[in-house]
Amino acid sequence: MNCLSLIRLNAGDHGKVEKILAGSAATKRLYEMGFNTGARIKVLKNDSGPIIVCLGNNKIALGRGLAEKMLINIEH
Amino acid sequence: MGNTIALVGNPNSGKTTLFNALTGSNQHVGNWPGVTVERKEGEVRFRDKVYKVVDLPGTYSLGAFSEDEMVARDYILTGNPDVVINVVDATNLERNLYLTTQLLEMGVKVIVALNMVDEAESKEIYFDVKALSGRLGIPVIPTIACRRQGLDDLLAAASIKIDSAKNGQFAISYGESIDTKLITLKSYLSKSELAIPLNWLAIKVLEGEEYALRIIKEQEALQGSTDFRSFYEELAVHRDEYQLDIVDARYNFVNTIVKGTVSRPAEPKTTWTDKADDILTHKIWGLPIFAAIMLIVFQLTFAIGEDVLGESMAEGIEALGEIIKSGLVSISAPWWVTGFVTEGIIAGLGEIIGFIPLILVLYLLLGLLEDSGYMARAAYVMDNIMRAVGLQGKTFISMIVGFGCNVPGVMSTRTLENRKDRMIAILINPFMSCGAKIPIYLVFIAAFFPKHGGLVLFSIYFLGILMALIMAKIFSKTLFTGEVSHFIMELPPYRKPTLRNVIRNMWDNVSEFLVRAGTIILTVVSALWILAVLPVGVEAYGPESILGRVGSLIAPIFKPAGFGTWQAAVGLFSGIAAKEAVVATLGMVYAGVSEGAELVSTIRSVFTPLTAVAFMVMTLLYTPCAATIAMIKKETGSVKWATFAATYTFALGWLMAVLVFQIGSLLGFA
Ligand SMILES: Nc1nc2c(ncn2[C@@H]2O[C@H](COP(=O)(O)OP(=O)(O)O)[C@@H](O)[C@H]2O)c(=O)[nH]1
Repeated sequence: MNCLSLIRLNAGDHGKVEKILAGSAATKRLYEMGFNTGARIKVLKNDSGPIIVCLGNNKIALGRGLAEKMLINIEH
Repeated sequence: MGNTIALVGNPNSGKTTLFNALTGSNQHVGNWPGVTVERKEGEVRFRDKVYKVVDLPGTYSLGAFSEDEMVARDYILTGNPDVVINVVDATNLERNLYLTTQLLEMGVKVIVALNMVDEAESKEIYFDVKALSGRLGIPVIPTIACRRQGLDDLLAAASIKIDSAKNGQFAISYGESIDTKLITLKSYLSKSELAIPLNWLAIKVLEGEEYALRIIKEQEALQGSTDFRSFYEELAVHRDEYQLDIVDARYNFVNTIVKGTVSRPAEPKTTWTDKADDILTHKIWGLPIFAAIMLIVFQLTFAIGEDVLGESMAEGIEALGEIIKSGLVSISAPWWVTGFVTEGIIAGLGEIIGFIPLILVLYLLLGLLEDSGYMARAAYVMDNIMRAVGLQGKTFISMIVGFGCNVPGVMSTRTLENRKDRMIAILINPFMSCGAKIPIYLVFIAAFFPKHGGLVLFSIYFLGILMALIMAKIFSKTLFTGEVSHFIMELPPYRKPTLRNVIRNMWDNVSEFLVRAGTIILTVVSALWILAVLPVGVEAYGPESILGRVGSLIAPIFKPAGFGTWQAAVGLFSGIAAKEAVVATLGMVYAGVSEGAELVSTIRSVFTPLTAVAFMVMTLLYTPCAATIAMIKKETGSVKWATFAATYTFALGWLMAVLVFQIGSLLGFA
């Protein structure tokens, strides 16, 4: 398996959410916004600011601290 | 009394648009009891029946993550709406249906407004609405809220739902282990008499929601049973795990619903939103573009609001004043009636009314930015800067709201979940120059910088932001230490703003301004007028009047800032009651009557460009108005913080004004 923290992904990479290691409130919020286990995401932007990911037809900006705690199973 | 319809939906699903489309001008805004979340209610007539429509705050879930969620949840549980219309963004079906499943679990009567089907179509997303509705077991009505399409069908479905029996039992399978726990829990709960749907309560207990846990704690019968207690403790151990399993199960359920009823391209199409975002959120260009947009907003506000509309408005008021004055004279009213009416009331209100076009334009432009989806990008590009001062990007939205008025600015901080963010955001909001301060700057701009109005205004706003950031940094290092909170924010697609929303929003804000102008300002101006002509016999508005003497007492404080006159002191003082009153007061004490041109020329003779700048800096930063202080007290829940906010801002304003004047003098400006 090829798991990486979201913060290590580059624009264009995509994969599935494997696990979120943030606190329980933040984790639940992420789940409820659609980042539940297995959700497919695509990184649109990862430079200096928050990371922008595409989730379905939806764009969500995630702070870098949070992105660090999200493990993504990369697909090629 | 007619039936009640509640609107529920995710943020950006088009809920406000639908609410406005349904209720038109038949709506009013209030607050939910006990919290500061806005409560919007309206009425809609359909087939000779009147329905009450209640707009609930936009939420992703119905838990207890924020005050918004709690309000929505409590209303659905205890407000007894006859039917809930769940507004669903068709382009984001899964996440929106997640909320739908929760509504179904609550056992309330729900229908779905499948909104933005036009946008879905342009993204090549198509629905089998019948099948979707069949699988969910509730009506699904396609709508395009911004074009008012589908509203009749929606209301027809709602009225049928109201008259029909409750939904059947709805249950998702959460997997064997959780399902067994739920059954056991429900059998325990069924022994107590609870007004809340058991099924829902049991799920919420497993999810570990405060609210549900509290209800359990209050059940003495349950707490007395040792069997239950050991079962319950066992649950607590696995809570985190259950919590996520339950969310996953709901999403699985949603996926089975969506499968086969929705067709969409394998890869989402690249939209022009993506292309626009490449530029607007660019790591180098994002920020300058944001600054440029704000500069344009202020230039336009100034150009249209002041030069084009404001002048003609002021002339109209002046003419009206003359008519009333000659009317009063012709019926030989006593001097104090004529004086009070023309010099106090008309002059005071006239100043305010003259500035309405300007405030209209500002709200119009800010509303356009909001409705188009750009505000979320502003929060995004500001995140790095905000983070540098210990806050997160979303805080900046409350700051932008503060540009309109600090009262909603302070209120809007409630969307920040973290106490540190929230407290700091509240304390720095007064530095966001509100709409009511614009008239003050304008008088000084007209007197000294008529050619560079937009630029001066922009610089003032910029200074306000700068001071806010500096104070935020100081607060986050001293008063509120702690971790910077997480940034999670949806970036909705750019959309053509719906004019109706923008106008509605503008109207709500301006009418509030007018009501205040009609009450507080009138009171302040009248009180000042009385103080200005007493004791009987002194020269009205002279230094010997009560007003003059009080002013003279305070004035020396402002000497180091270059405007140590009693008139300036009185003007600033009235601004603590309401910023709208400052110009009217200055008009009274400087010009006797506050006709625009006369006031401007007096100001030109008493101030210098440098002291004018110092005065504007003071105006920008010093103590916010009484309404804002009251809101700070309400939101922080403490008199201490409200007092602190009122005093530290004064100190900072004074310090900066003094610095401007002293350094300016040293550099040879006058
Ligand atoms: N294309 C399209 N846009 C819509 C529709 N309904 C609302 N909008 C736009 O979507 C944006 C968000 O709508 P709003 O009502 O503010 O969403 P809320 O956050 O749910 O209240 C606004 O720009 C609306 O003009 C629709 O049916 N179709």
